[in-house]
Amino acid sequence: MMQTILTVDDSRTMRDMLRMALAEAGFNVLQAVDGVDGLEVLQRSTPDVIVTDINMPKMDGFGLIEAVRKDNRYRKVPILVLTTESDAAKKQRAKEAGATGWIVKPFEPTKLIAAIRRVAA
Amino acid sequence: MAAIRQTFFQECEEQLSEMEIGLLAMDEGSTDSETVNAVFRAVHSIKGGAGAFKLTQLVQFAHTFETALDFVRSGKLTPTPEMMKIMLRAADVLADLVEASRDGREINETSYETVAADIKSLTLVNGEEEVEEPIDFQPTVIDFGLPEISIEPASEEAGASSHEYRINFTPRPELYANANETALVLRELNRLGVMEAACDVSALPNLENIDSNGAYFSWSIRLTSERDIAEVREVFEFVEGEADLSIESDGQPEVSDADIAALLAMALGSSPAAEPMVTSESPADTHEPETAAAAAPASAEAPSALTPVGEAPKPDAKAAAIPSQTTIRVEFDRVDRLINLVGELVINQAMLSQRVIEANFAGSSSVVIGLEELEQLTREIQESVMAIRAQPVKPLFQRMSRIVREVADATGKEVRLKTDGEATEVDKTVVERLAEPLTHMIRNAVDHGIESPEARLAAGKPAEGVVRLTAAHRSGRIVIEISDDGAGINRHKVRASAVKKGLIAADAQLSDSDIDNLLFLPGFSTASTISNISGRGVGMDVVKRSIQALGGRISISSRPGQGSTFSMSLPLTLAVLDGMAVSVAGQTLVVPLTAIVETLKPKSADIHALGAEGRVMAIRDTFVPLIDVGTQLGFRDTATQPESSVAILVETGGGARNALLVDSIQDQRQVVIKSLEANYGTVAGIAAATILGDGRVALILDVDALVAGSFEESLSGELRYGTGG
Repeated sequence: MMQTILTVDDSRTMRDMLRMALAEAGFNVLQAVDGVDGLEVLQRSTPDVIVTDINMPKMDGFGLIEAVRKDNRYRKVPILVLTTESDAAKKQRAKEAGATGWIVKPFEPTKLIAAIRRVAA
Repeated sequence: MAAIRQTFFQECEEQLSEMEIGLLAMDEGSTDSETVNAVFRAVHSIKGGAGAFKLTQLVQFAHTFETALDFVRSGKLTPTPEMMKIMLRAADVLADLVEASRDGREINETSYETVAADIKSLTLVNGEEEVEEPIDFQPTVIDFGLPEISIEPASEEAGASSHEYRINFTPRPELYANANETALVLRELNRLGVMEAACDVSALPNLENIDSNGAYFSWSIRLTSERDIAEVREVFEFVEGEADLSIESDGQPEVSDADIAALLAMALGSSPAAEPMVTSESPADTHEPETAAAAAPASAEAPSALTPVGEAPKPDAKAAAIPSQTTIRVEFDRVDRLINLVGELVINQAMLSQRVIEANFAGSSSVVIGLEELEQLTREIQESVMAIRAQPVKPLFQRMSRIVREVADATGKEVRLKTDGEATEVDKTVVERLAEPLTHMIRNAVDHGIESPEARLAAGKPAEGVVRLTAAHRSGRIVIEISDDGAGINRHKVRASAVKKGLIAADAQLSDSDIDNLLFLPGFSTASTISNISGRGVGMDVVKRSIQALGGRISISSRPGQGSTFSMSLPLTLAVLDGMAVSVAGQTLVVPLTAIVETLKPKSADIHALGAEGRVMAIRDTFVPLIDVGTQLGFRDTATQPESSVAILVETGGGARNALLVDSIQDQRQVVIKSLEANYGTVAGIAAATILGDGRVALILDVDALVAGSFEESLSGELRYGTGG
């Protein structure tokens, strides 16, 4: 069955790139522009994997991850953090919030898809 | 990819604008985290996108800038006015870099290196370079033309030496809490080679003691694979710190790098209750006992048993969802087409009205009432459609703050731009065409208007001058004002200069306002020394002309010692025009209202011949050239009699006054402009066309061209019309 990926990123460029890469790899793509929007999308659908940016207005990636993990319905949805930061402290913070894994920006489509496949059941 | 690239640059524009707003707010003293964050995010996003497109120069600079902003964000730096100056300059450089990247240009190194160095110096704490996070992402060009990727091991790589790995893997509860799955890790591992895994369930407590959020299994894995240890470790990348892990390669215990060790130490330290490593081989294979499967958090069924709890967070999530104003992006062409169609609708409705009038229906008849409703509706649709293309003047105003900074820097003045009414909306084409005249006037205001800091202090004013830019809607038009608190127009100097240039007679009687308006005369330049800033070959006459070309008016007022104000009144859109419909030789023509000064009924005594064919008309105490529109446009061969005509006194962009002779005036109306160039071709003397209520095409006069053509003709005595004046 076709898997659905929700990408949350405030940059339209990044959203377009993600959509292109994911659609090419055969995923169904949902998109949100920030954490708040991401939670709204989650009200309507349950994606197989969430890929989220960290730096976003309204609600950042950490906030989104925490909110998703708090909701029992989405406790088991893998969340990948897509970030330009690669330092250990940031990763640790994402982990503490409940992130499943991370991808460093700018992403290579192959790495992104490999990472998604690694966490998607 | 080209489309995404385009999106990227569009987005950069938006980010740059956000950044500028934020930086200006910071400059005004607001250092709340949301402002700083917004600026940081903007720069960060530009960097992110630039990385994907391998725009190295842009990435480097954005990174430096971002680092400084991060310092502000984390409180390591407190912005000072000096620092904000550097930041604003960095913002300008970033904008230049974006533009250069878009056009595929390199930017002049020195221009940004100084700024880059300044920015960098902000992050030097006590002269020591802060350990800067390396730019860890190598710009990667994204190639979407890749074939399907394969994560299967390249088993055909025969001859590659195979390794035997012994892996002990004990997940901790966090692993499951973060939606990682042991099963998935094992699946990935299995793809690397031949794997045997044993699950140790000895830590599993009795059923009644099981915590559904606990982790009770540990795994002993033997993997035979040709892959190196790095690839094996990569499988565990996401579960680092969430599990106890040891990987032994070919009997050699793994030498974990400091990074991992530190992480592990951190993780171990944070959970002292971590179970000891259990490595005892279990006779069972990787198949989980059924009882464990039901209780283990790894099971997908477990959460569903907890649904009542699961409902609780829902309202929270709802509450956090701030309703955002949604927008859609539409291609400009589509909007244009819609505007054209609405224009047709307006014309059609006018035609219908005319027919109804001709058919002599009673005023109270249902047809007339219905028509009135249609008229109302049409007007509303037209307004709504125009509003689609309307946009706030904010981006335009923002660009001006950069101009102010540049000119102030170049002239050694201290100037602050204050803006007001940035949300005022006006048609996109008007905004676009306003940029140049506005830039020129802002430059003038700083260069000529504002005095040097010393002169200001001497005059009892603060050293820092203020240029104020405001926009407001006033009776269906937009009024934009540029005022400065400088010295005001030096009328004595202006007058002397105008006399010297032969623009006015030495003994001319001029009011203050007349003198101020001399600035708009072609060939006038106030600066006694032409500076390289405003002296770009563009005078206020050109500004006035471009404003008039937009259907606008400009005026000036000045008070010595207190500054000057330039005020512009412009139409909200270029799609419709206020005009006066006139009849000439049986044709209906439209004269733009903005060009009209007054209308007169000439007497034959007022008309005097000049040269072979030229005529002038006496209006009060001056003579103005008389243009017979009928002969000028070739509607008739012989000049019409002034006594049976109407003269319309018009003023051109250059300030020249002329009288247009027409047969009669019909009325004043708003007309929908139809481009003549696009539909037919350029015709000298005609600006555009419109369609009248009766379906006929009426031409809209281009007063400037008409006057220019007529002037040459009467001087040379030969037909020069049509050379495109």
